[in-house]
Amino acid sequence: MNCIQLVELVTDYLEGSMPAEQRARFDEHIAGCDGCTTYLEQFRITIRLTGMLDEEQIAPDIRETLLGVFRDWRTSA
Amino acid sequence: MSDPPPPAATQQDLALVRALRAGDETAFMMLVERYQPAMLRVALMYVSTRAVAEEVVQDAWVGVLKGLEGFEGRSSLRTWIFRILVNTAKTRGQREARSIPFSSVWSADPDADPSVEPGRFLPPGHPASGRWAEPPVGWESTPEERLLAKETLAEVSRAIDALPPNQREVIRMRDVLGWPSADVRNALDISETNQRVLLHRARAKVRRALEGYLGAERERKA
Repeated sequence: MNCIQLVELVTDYLEGSMPAEQRARFDEHIAGCDGCTTYLEQFRITIRLTGMLDEEQIAPDIRETLLGVFRDWRTSA
Repeated sequence: MSDPPPPAATQQDLALVRALRAGDETAFMMLVERYQPAMLRVALMYVSTRAVAEEVVQDAWVGVLKGLEGFEGRSSLRTWIFRILVNTAKTRGQREARSIPFSSVWSADPDADPSVEPGRFLPPGHPASGRWAEPPVGWESTPEERLLAKETLAEVSRAIDALPPNQREVIRMRDVLGWPSADVRNALDISETNQRVLLHRARAKVRRALEGYLGAERERKA
């Protein structure tokens, strides 16, 4: 495994969805490669920062409309 | 290898469904706050305008309410809600006779979009071909408070907004909303592999954006 291949496999690695043999080669490469160690670390930081974002807000008029949908359903049910 | 079955509804899901069946408005509005933005974005992938997408989402909520009696908890509540949404959006998209085939909505070309610009690796023919020529510079020198600053997060947000819709939605569901992969693939009716490829493409592009942003900052300071 070389660096250009490894960078395509980082999500597979983090998801634990790699065959054991491939995982061993990934670990072996990382152990001897500063560039890929940094890349993996940056991937982890990227995931952490993405996790700090908020979901979008919904518009008040949509909230009102859907409340109406719910009330209609409740009276008809 | 077939994908494992979807995770069943949690106790929390079942409690929510009981509250909805009993007519609890607060429970419904909580669901709306939680899922409406993602539902609207997903709907937009199947229909042509925001107005139609909003109608689709509203129809999907009606479908959810009508289907509550029949919810058996074989899948998680969010998976079930998104399945209703995707089906509603597909039906509407078909009626609109959109030229984009639905099968391409979630397709990820595995050969496209390398995670890192190929020019950063030693070229073919070089004895160490495929190794870093220009390795990433670690972010350790960036102070934690800078890394977590509003401006950095805004950069992440911009990078996500710039992604193709299918990558954008998968990274939002997985990394912003924190859904497990099984919920994402079931909600969107895509394979485990496809989900993972889309997620990886998305994360790789966000990392690149951060690398550019933090690198430019470092240069300004130097």
